[in-house]
Amino acid sequence: MKFYRSHILIGISEASLLAGAEDFIKELRKELAKYDLQDEINVLETGPLGFFGKGICLTVYPENITYQDVKIEDIPELVEEHFLKGRPVKRLMLDTTGKYKPRLNYENRIVLRNSGVIDPENIEEYIGVGGYEAWEKALTQMKPEDIVNEVKESGLQGRGGAGFPTGVKWSFTAPLKAPQKYVVVNADEGEPGTFKDRLIMEGDPHQLLEGMMICALAVGATKAYIYIRGEYKLCIERLRKAIAQAYEYGLIGKNIFGSGFDLDIDIKIGAGAYVCGEETALIESLEGNRGNPRWKPPFPGVEGLWKAPTVVNNVETLANVPFIIKNGAEAFRAYGTPQCTGTKVYTILGDVAYPGLCEVDMGTPLRTIINDYAGGMKKGFRFKAALVGGAAGVFIPERLLDVNMDFASLNQYAAVLGSGAILVMNEHQSIVDLLWSIIRFFRHESCGKCSACRNGCQQLYELITKIKKGEGTMEDVDLMLTIADTMYATSFCALGQSPIMPVRSALENFGDEFQEITKR
Amino acid sequence: MYKEICEKYAPEKDNLIYILHDIQDNHPQHYIPEEAVQVVSEYLNIPTNHIYGVLTFYTMYSTKPRGKNIIRLCESPPCYIKGSTNVLRKLKTILGVNTGETTKDGMFTLELCSCLGVCGNAPVMMINEDVYGDLTEEKVEEIIDKVRRGNQ
Repeated sequence: MKFYRSHILIGISEASLLAGAEDFIKELRKELAKYDLQDEINVLETGPLGFFGKGICLTVYPENITYQDVKIEDIPELVEEHFLKGRPVKRLMLDTTGKYKPRLNYENRIVLRNSGVIDPENIEEYIGVGGYEAWEKALTQMKPEDIVNEVKESGLQGRGGAGFPTGVKWSFTAPLKAPQKYVVVNADEGEPGTFKDRLIMEGDPHQLLEGMMICALAVGATKAYIYIRGEYKLCIERLRKAIAQAYEYGLIGKNIFGSGFDLDIDIKIGAGAYVCGEETALIESLEGNRGNPRWKPPFPGVEGLWKAPTVVNNVETLANVPFIIKNGAEAFRAYGTPQCTGTKVYTILGDVAYPGLCEVDMGTPLRTIINDYAGGMKKGFRFKAALVGGAAGVFIPERLLDVNMDFASLNQYAAVLGSGAILVMNEHQSIVDLLWSIIRFFRHESCGKCSACRNGCQQLYELITKIKKGEGTMEDVDLMLTIADTMYATSFCALGQSPIMPVRSALENFGDEFQEITKR
Repeated sequence: MYKEICEKYAPEKDNLIYILHDIQDNHPQHYIPEEAVQVVSEYLNIPTNHIYGVLTFYTMYSTKPRGKNIIRLCESPPCYIKGSTNVLRKLKTILGVNTGETTKDGMFTLELCSCLGVCGNAPVMMINEDVYGDLTEEKVEEIIDKVRRGNQ
C-alpha cells in the first residue's frame, strides 16, 4: 500500500455530480500532476460528506479542513496554495467561525460512520474499517436465535416510518418451517423530502449488504432482494458493484465459509409508485403486479413474496444491524433514549443555513437539530413551521420546537417520526398552500384499491383547492377534517390513513390562516 | 424486435416490469405500443388486461408515443415550496406545450412526477436519465437549449 502525505476526499452524490464533480476530479488530478504531487496527495471519491455545503465539497486529511462549493476555476489556487505551499484557502472553507460550527459528529454515527470516509466502491476499504466482521461473527459464533435475540435486546425499531421493533419482526419469521424464505430491502424511498436511504446506499453500500446477510441468516432466508426505485441510478450502480465484490470474496453464494449456509442477493427495480413503499404493495410489485396493498393478516413475515415467509426491512434499519451484532446490543442502547434506542438519520430541507443530512441520537430535540446541525434559519428568514415526516407528516410550530425526536415523544403530539424528512418553512410561506400540495400528492399516489382513500383524496383535493382560491368557508375546513378522519378509520393501508396527520396539525397549529383565507 | 427483448428474460411473471422497462427504453418514442403488449402477453402467458393494469399503474410507463427527451418535473411539496410552479410555467412557454404533451418537432415531452429524492437541490427535474437541480426560470431556458443543441 502506498503512503500519502494528504488525502482529499470528494463527496460523490447525485448533488455533486450535478455540480460537475466528474470533470472536477479529472482537472484536480491533472493540476496535482503538474506539480508532481500525484504520489504525495491522494484523491479519493467517497460518499456524501454528511452535510450539504452547496456544490462540490472536499475534506482534506490529516488537516481535517472542509471546502465547499469549489469550482473548476478554483483548482489552480487550491493546489498551489494548499497542497504545494500548505496554506489552506480560507475563502473556500466551510465557515467554522461564526455561530454555526458544523457538527459532523462522527462520534455519534452508526449508519453513516463510513460515509464520506471510505471509498464506497471498494470492498477492501470497508473491510479495512472493520466491515464484515459482524457477518463473520454471526456466521461462525452465533446461532440464528442468538442473532434475533441480540437485535431484540438492542431495541432497534424500523426506520421506515412505523417504528415496529425489528427483532420482533424477525422472530415471527425465524421459527417457521418453509422450503423458501426471503429478505426484501425496501429501498423504494418515495416520501417527499426523504433521501436518507439514497445517501446511505451511495455512501456505504456494503454496510447494507452486511445487514441483509445477517438478517437472512437469522430468519433462514436464502434469497434476498433490494427493491430500489429506478431513479436512483448511482445507488443501483454502486450496489451492483458491491454485490459482485461480495460474491468474489465468498461472502455470499453457496456454502459460505463452509458453514453450509447459502445466500443470493439481487436487485429489483421499481417503476415509480409511492404506495410500493408499503410492504405488501412492494411484494405485489416484485411479483409483477400492480402495486396494490394486500390484506393483513397474514403478514408478510408469515406469507409474503410468492406466499413464502418474507422479512421486509427499510435500508436504514438493516444498516444498523452490523453494528449491533459486532458490538452487542448494549453498545447500541448507549445511543438514544431508553425507549427508543440508537440514532436516526434526518434530511433537513428548506430555509435553513445548511440543508442536508445528519445522524443524531434518538430523542434529540428538533430545535437542536435545526439550530446546531443545520445552522439555524437562513439569513433574513424567520422560522414558521417544520413539516416533519414528509407528506405523511405533521406541521410543528415554534412553540413545540423542543419536542424530542423519537417515536415515543412524537406520539404525544399525534405526530410521527416517519421517514426522517424535516422541511423548514419561513414566515412568508403559506400553510394552506403547502397543504394543498401535500393533498395533491396523495390524490395522485392513491392506488385506487379502496374507495375510502380513492374518493377521500379526491374530495380533500377539491375542498383544499376551493379554500386555497379563497372561495371556501370554515365548514369546508371542518369537512376536510371529517373526511381525513374517516379515511384514517376506514382505509385499507397506511396511505389513506396518512392525510389526517398534515390536515389536523395544520388546522390545530395554524387555524388562523384558514380563518383568514375563508373570510376573504 | 419485441420478441427479442422478451427472450432476454426468463418467461416468468415477475419479469414483466423489467421487460416493459426494456421495451420502453428501446422504443424511439419511449412508449409501449399495443403490439408489444400482445407479444409480452404471449411470451409470459398472462392476459393483456393484466399487462395494461400494470402499465397504467406505474408512472414511469407510457401507452402513448412520447418525444425524444422526456422531462419529468417534480411537483411534490419540497419542490413546490421552492417554486416548481414557476419552473413549470416557464417550461410550458419555452416548449409551447401543456403537461403531458409533446412538442411538434417530437423533441420533448413535458411530464410532472412525484418526489425524485434529490430534495436538497429542489426544485428538481430529470431529462431522460439526468437530474437537474436548483432550477430557476433562467436555468431552465439554458438547459433546454443545451439539450436541444446536443440532439442536433
